[in-house]
Amino acid sequence: MPIQVIEGYRQVEPARRTEGDAVVFDANGVYYQQLNDAIRAAVEAGAKRIVVENANGQRYIGAGLQAKDLTIEVRGTAGNDLAAFMDGPKVEVFGNAQDGVGNTMASGTVVVHGDAGDVLGYGMRGGRVFVRGDVGYRVGIHMKAYEGLVPIVVCGGKARDFFGEYMAGGMLVLLGMNTQFPDDPVAGGFLGTGMHGGVIYVRGAVEPWQCGKEVGVSEAEEADMAALTPVLDEYCASLGLDLAEVLSEPFTRIAPVSHRPYGKLYAYL
Amino acid sequence: MPATFIQPEFRVKIDYDKCHKCGRCVQQCGWGVYDFNERPIPHDEKCRACHRCVTFCPAHCITIERNPLAYRDNDNWSASLRKAVWKQAETGGVLLTSMGNPQPYPRIFDHLLLDACQVTNPSIDPLREPMELRTYLGRKPDAVKVEPDGAGGFRLAEGGGMSRNVELATPIIFSPMSYGSVSLNVHKSLAMAAERCGILMNTGEGGLHEDLYPYQDHVIVQVASGRFGVGPDYLKRGAAIEIKIGQGAKPGIGGHLPGEKINKEVSSTRMIPQGTDAISPAPHHDIYSIEDLRQLIYALKEASGYKPVGVKIAAVHNVAAIASGIVRAGADYVYLDGFRGGTGAAPAVIRDHVGIPVEIAIAVVDQRLREEGIRNQASIVAAGSIRSSADVAKAIALGADVVAIGTAALIALGCHVCQSCHTGNCSWGITTQKPELTRRIDPEWGAERVSNLINAWSHELQEILGALGVNAIESLRGSRERLRSIGLDEQTSRILGVKPAGM
Ligand code: SF4
Ligand code: SF4
Repeated sequence: MPIQVIEGYRQVEPARRTEGDAVVFDANGVYYQQLNDAIRAAVEAGAKRIVVENANGQRYIGAGLQAKDLTIEVRGTAGNDLAAFMDGPKVEVFGNAQDGVGNTMASGTVVVHGDAGDVLGYGMRGGRVFVRGDVGYRVGIHMKAYEGLVPIVVCGGKARDFFGEYMAGGMLVLLGMNTQFPDDPVAGGFLGTGMHGGVIYVRGAVEPWQCGKEVGVSEAEEADMAALTPVLDEYCASLGLDLAEVLSEPFTRIAPVSHRPYGKLYAYL
Repeated sequence: MPATFIQPEFRVKIDYDKCHKCGRCVQQCGWGVYDFNERPIPHDEKCRACHRCVTFCPAHCITIERNPLAYRDNDNWSASLRKAVWKQAETGGVLLTSMGNPQPYPRIFDHLLLDACQVTNPSIDPLREPMELRTYLGRKPDAVKVEPDGAGGFRLAEGGGMSRNVELATPIIFSPMSYGSVSLNVHKSLAMAAERCGILMNTGEGGLHEDLYPYQDHVIVQVASGRFGVGPDYLKRGAAIEIKIGQGAKPGIGGHLPGEKINKEVSSTRMIPQGTDAISPAPHHDIYSIEDLRQLIYALKEASGYKPVGVKIAAVHNVAAIASGIVRAGADYVYLDGFRGGTGAAPAVIRDHVGIPVEIAIAVVDQRLREEGIRNQASIVAAGSIRSSADVAKAIALGADVVAIGTAALIALGCHVCQSCHTGNCSWGITTQKPELTRRIDPEWGAERVSNLINAWSHELQEILGALGVNAIESLRGSRERLRSIGLDEQTSRILGVKPAGM
């Protein structure tokens, strides 16, 4: 059978080697399905550390994986839906990630050393996503918390419109520091629109025009900083950044004014 | 001024000569209609005509009547329009209601008639001949490879091209109704009935309660925009996964379970705090195109070990083109929900005025997929007021593979279609989370009643097939030649691909 090529990716098993305790796959030009099959097979065989080299946009890396002590290192560009529905592993990307990072993620950690795309953390219910640089539109939409599961997303650069829209729980942090867009505002419009749970912290100030009518904006107080500082400490440690510099500016707190934003909208027939 | 201009819709009449003064009506009513002072005293304005008291009154001395209060005749300004304006003038709110569209639009199923065999092409007796209703939900390959089985027959060759399908003993499944909108006992009744009948129930968008894990091979797990209760475990448990894009009762509208329905159990299944509103945004914010939909379909397949993934949409004007895109995005089935489909809560203006009939949607989607040569790539599930086995047969003849029933299953459980599910006070213990009401349904009793309904309809389907002279539901599928229309205009008949009776 000739090798099938889909959108430039070859449907072949990725080349595999071991390096110390790590299983290393060469993803260059390999279709996502074969790459992810190989990753799942390695996890099932007991691998605790997996390295994906030459990633060039393969989707769904780490999607649906359930394991507590597993690390996946991606070198190159991770494709859409990285760590979607993931429950437990740590995924570290040395490069950029595309759209949908941590989609509906249950637990685990994602660290992106570059920038990330749109809809990061959609419906996320636990774990952490740390991004060094900028993120796109619709980040942190409908994140939610339940008992011990509290999702946390920290973005080091700037974000576009709809940051934290419909947010129902968890913590969303935007630093505006490592950015390719020094002249842009830290976030776009519709910040926290429809928000009814959780909290957003932005380093520096936000303008009233940026925020949805469902949120209240205030200066972060001592209690806020007590919750935020350990998260930033972990973020800085993961990405080799300086905590003191991150904390050198005051933070703004954005939180919903009601847990039931639409409670009075209806009349019952 | 009076608190409201709106007069009671019903009158509760008690024949006190017969009344035992036992107080059962007081206890049974979920709406608080009755006070008791030596005898039951009804407050008409609270009555929703659900008949719970009538059914349980040992003396059969309660009747519910329509309030005969006359309004000056006006076909344009109906009494219900006048009342709607008063309600909105009093509250300023969006009018919220439930169940399916009750307006007098034409019901196409009631204008379609089935064929039967006479003389030359004899009918078959289903009581003595095998009559196959088995149906496979999912993608069928363009071709299969077979090999000799060594005994003179053939078998599917290794890797012969079949993708994963879900086997159904009969082409009827339960439509998605979330735990939260209905009670856990309703979910259990449906799951147990699905297992007994060899079919599927559907979680709806509220997650899967652990009490349903034993029935998981008969459960479709739904993924909606709010992603409530969705995790890798949930996806791996289901027999199939369904992406909810739309609902026939409220196309283009999100879901909104009010905080007072989010008690401890519902909160643990949805995985959100107690008392917060569960808001499902109108769109999935990661789907803005067919390409985005494909991305989610394959994300779900990757995360679940390649389970079948279906996509549910409301039947709207461009349904054929949309369904074609969904099939091309890789869906294993397309679920078409017509404008009469039920709901636990929807704005009346949307329920009553948006969408198209499912009969039309089935016909145009089946036709379009055939013309494009991709009909085999996905099953069609049709829903939105399937009221009888006749509707099932007609839907299948128009081109559906499977139908889904919601309201009919609830009626089997006692629902009287009083259209008050949104209040959370269902006296029949169906669309409520109040423990004193939910315990009115015993799952074992419920499973029995719903199984009876499925079995009865299945027998009737076999009777219909026998009369048509075919011995498998497969032979009726998309066979519009076996339908005729009566009293439909020419254009509608043409769109349905059905000839008028007499031709
Ligand atoms: S249930 Fe019937 S008999 Fe008993 S108090 Fe009510 S009306 Fe009277
Ligand atoms: S489920 Fe209950 S509230 Fe809803 S229509 Fe049926 S009887 Fe009425």
